[in-house]
Amino acid sequence: MLAYTSRRLLMLVPVLFGMTVITFSIIHLIPGNPAQTILGETATEEAISNLEETMGLNRNYFIQYTAYVGDLLQGDLGTSLRTKASITTEIGPRLAATIELTFFAMIFAVFIGINAGIISAWKQNSWFDFLAMVFALVGVSMPVFWLALMEQWLFAQELGWLPAYGRQESRDPIDPITHFYVIDSILHMDMKQLITSLKHLVLPSIALGTIPMAIIARMTRSSMLEVMKSDYVRTIKAKGSGQFLVIYKHALKNSIIPVLTVIGLQVGVLLGGAILTETIFSWPGIGRYVYEAINYRDYPVIQSGILVIAFLFVIINLIVDLLYAFIDPRIKY
Amino acid sequence: MRYRFILFLTFMLAITLVLTACDGDEDESAEEVDATESSESDGEESSGSEDDSNSEASSDSEGDQVLVFARGGDSESLDYASTTDGESSRVTKQVYESLLEFEKDSFEVKPGLAHDWEVSDDGLTYTFFLEEDVTFHDGTDFNAEAVKTNFERWADPNHEFAFADDGYVYSMYGTMFGGFKGDDGHVIKEINVVDDHEIEFVLNQPLGFFLQNMGMSYFAITSPSALEEHGASINENPVGTGPFKFVSWSKDDSIILEKFEDYRKEGLPKLDEVIFQVIPDNAARLIALRSGEIDIMDGLNPDDAAGIEQEESLVLLTRAANNFGYLGLNTQQEPLDDPLVRKAINHAIDRSAIAEALYAGYAQPAVNPVPPGYLGYNDELELYEYNLDKSKELLAEAGYEDGLEIELWTMPVARPYMPDPETVSEIIQNDLGEIGITAKIVREEWAPYLEKTAAGEQELFMLGWSGTNGDPDYFLSSLLHGSNAGSSNRSFYKNDEVDKLLDEAKRAVDQEERADLYKKAQEIIYEESPMIPLVHSEPVLATSSDVKNYVPHPSTSESLAEVELDR
Repeated sequence: MLAYTSRRLLMLVPVLFGMTVITFSIIHLIPGNPAQTILGETATEEAISNLEETMGLNRNYFIQYTAYVGDLLQGDLGTSLRTKASITTEIGPRLAATIELTFFAMIFAVFIGINAGIISAWKQNSWFDFLAMVFALVGVSMPVFWLALMEQWLFAQELGWLPAYGRQESRDPIDPITHFYVIDSILHMDMKQLITSLKHLVLPSIALGTIPMAIIARMTRSSMLEVMKSDYVRTIKAKGSGQFLVIYKHALKNSIIPVLTVIGLQVGVLLGGAILTETIFSWPGIGRYVYEAINYRDYPVIQSGILVIAFLFVIINLIVDLLYAFIDPRIKY
Repeated sequence: MRYRFILFLTFMLAITLVLTACDGDEDESAEEVDATESSESDGEESSGSEDDSNSEASSDSEGDQVLVFARGGDSESLDYASTTDGESSRVTKQVYESLLEFEKDSFEVKPGLAHDWEVSDDGLTYTFFLEEDVTFHDGTDFNAEAVKTNFERWADPNHEFAFADDGYVYSMYGTMFGGFKGDDGHVIKEINVVDDHEIEFVLNQPLGFFLQNMGMSYFAITSPSALEEHGASINENPVGTGPFKFVSWSKDDSIILEKFEDYRKEGLPKLDEVIFQVIPDNAARLIALRSGEIDIMDGLNPDDAAGIEQEESLVLLTRAANNFGYLGLNTQQEPLDDPLVRKAINHAIDRSAIAEALYAGYAQPAVNPVPPGYLGYNDELELYEYNLDKSKELLAEAGYEDGLEIELWTMPVARPYMPDPETVSEIIQNDLGEIGITAKIVREEWAPYLEKTAAGEQELFMLGWSGTNGDPDYFLSSLLHGSNAGSSNRSFYKNDEVDKLLDEAKRAVDQEERADLYKKAQEIIYEESPMIPLVHSEPVLATSSDVKNYVPHPSTSESLAEVELDR
């Protein structure tokens, strides 16, 4: 296990190197002078050359790259052109917002997805199976923005049960400590805020979690069906174990590996690609941070945002790989 | 396996314990507070009733006037002078004040921090008489010295508060006052503090819109001691004299301001708190308005406007136009160097179709390259009639009866003055097709688009302009003065007479004289047609019907001091 873990960690080095090269190149790959792109139609020539100077765009690529990586190693993600603030401090709260949302979306997706998949496999070809799989198909193909707007329309506008936007009540904001508002409200020991922050999580989590949920359900079902047909399951059944135990204790463990892969990939996707959900629910997360930066051509933010998202993706894949070995000790790469 | 299960159970148990422990704590602490309160009131029996009323007021937050203003994007910076972002000045307008203010719904100047002013006959000396007994939110006195510090900070990159090393550039100052300290065109020669409440600006040359500039929210006054204290992070810690104080900013989410109790105007502001909330999606913002979570929404889709007019709980408002999108014609290139061809094209563009297709009618066809309502707007000129026969005649007269081919450069990005450039270019392409002009649409990335149009590689092209100080000079000189050809004048229009009129108008101090000069310049421009103004958009917004006294300003930044909620 230790050897496997360290080998896996070593493999990160070239991946991380590749990532920095790609993010570094972004600014130079866009046609035209980056400084002109950033400053827009009213820019004077003087302003353009000033900006080139501040961003170091007039130095050679190698020197620029070394300086870039040097800063990264010191935890300095650069300075936003738009807000002139340090990206390292700006990105923190947004990362927390995205992780919180992803966490709840995945809880929703995993809990419903796995259970629906199991029941579908268990009661194969029943009406439940049929219904669940149709639902899963719809879930996979549903545009997120449409689902999100429908949720808002129904639960916020028509019924008024849940808030339409944001992480907190605008008129009664939470005092952030960790920027994970659920944790913060627990730390403040404020029951009302805890309920508020959970309420704000419901609609975006469902919108964000629906596609992963459907994928997980389908994956669980097919993987489960395969395992259910295997000899050892038949033996356990013959031994007289109850259905429930057979499935949740014995079959699930062996069918979970492919599901785990999918979950890992989906977490990565949600962390970086929640832009639509974050935009519609005005969730101040990292997807929107990068998206806004693209709109304003704030290159340092685009670079660092992509780097952080890619880094998270890599870490999550690492965790999933380690989990494989943990669940199935036969796995040794 | 069993061992792991036990571990898991223990873990869960531990979490449950921690949670219950927290719960207990909460109760205890609540009790403690109660206890201290009661013991206090025991000690001072007479003040008991007062305490009660206090606690009632603080717990009854429903009665507070808290307004939520929702908008599409976050502010860039709360240091207004170092940004040109409208979402920033929308907020700083509440925290800061300028020497002069604009009228509620126009760019006419009125007193601000200066209650009175004098202009010398030669137009070179402006004296402002400042309000007395005004303090900044941090308690610092507002005086002439503070005004001087602010202006010098913007003019001089080496000033101790210029923060040039931190990337602060005061581009609006450079644009409006002809550059920075030491530049040839820099207008402000010196600033003299006459006494605590009198300040004198001496200019190098007269500037017709000097007072207009003084009303801009980009030139408001920051507390000098706050500049000292916060340094370059002044952009996150604004301290002004305005009706609202800055409380907190959670990026990409909300900015919270609260009432400044010592505001100089008696009885204002009426609101206790203002929250600027970011909701990027227009449809989601409208849902939030309908569900009562917000009170004012900026940036309504014009298509939704008709529906809102029917709803009793909502109010539809429009902002006066302050920009225009145009079809530019490169006057240095054949065949567009021929005024006849330019006029032919002008007669062929169906502006009302554009207004309808893009703005659901919330736009007006543009006659002049200045928004209506501006000083010197020439309302005697009439819109070029949409008339294909006339257009074909003009084309034939110019020698192109068999038609011609031309490039139409289309903007790659949406702008408020041109929300959907692709559709506009298709409409124009169609219109030109009607008179036998084959337009080939050219697409470029934004930076090359700007670089190449500045270099004059284009034939027909699309761009626009938005107002800032409400003065016609910012439109006419930037876009059509010969000296700006190749920078902001991308039609490369050079007409000595127009240049002379614009120069005179820029230097004249008498506003009526200026208006006449601009009217004359517009007549020539109208005849020569170096650009085809398309439409002035009138942005729509909606508020809950509880919101009273809210007047949208054409600059997009309006003071909320007089706004109140009727709940």
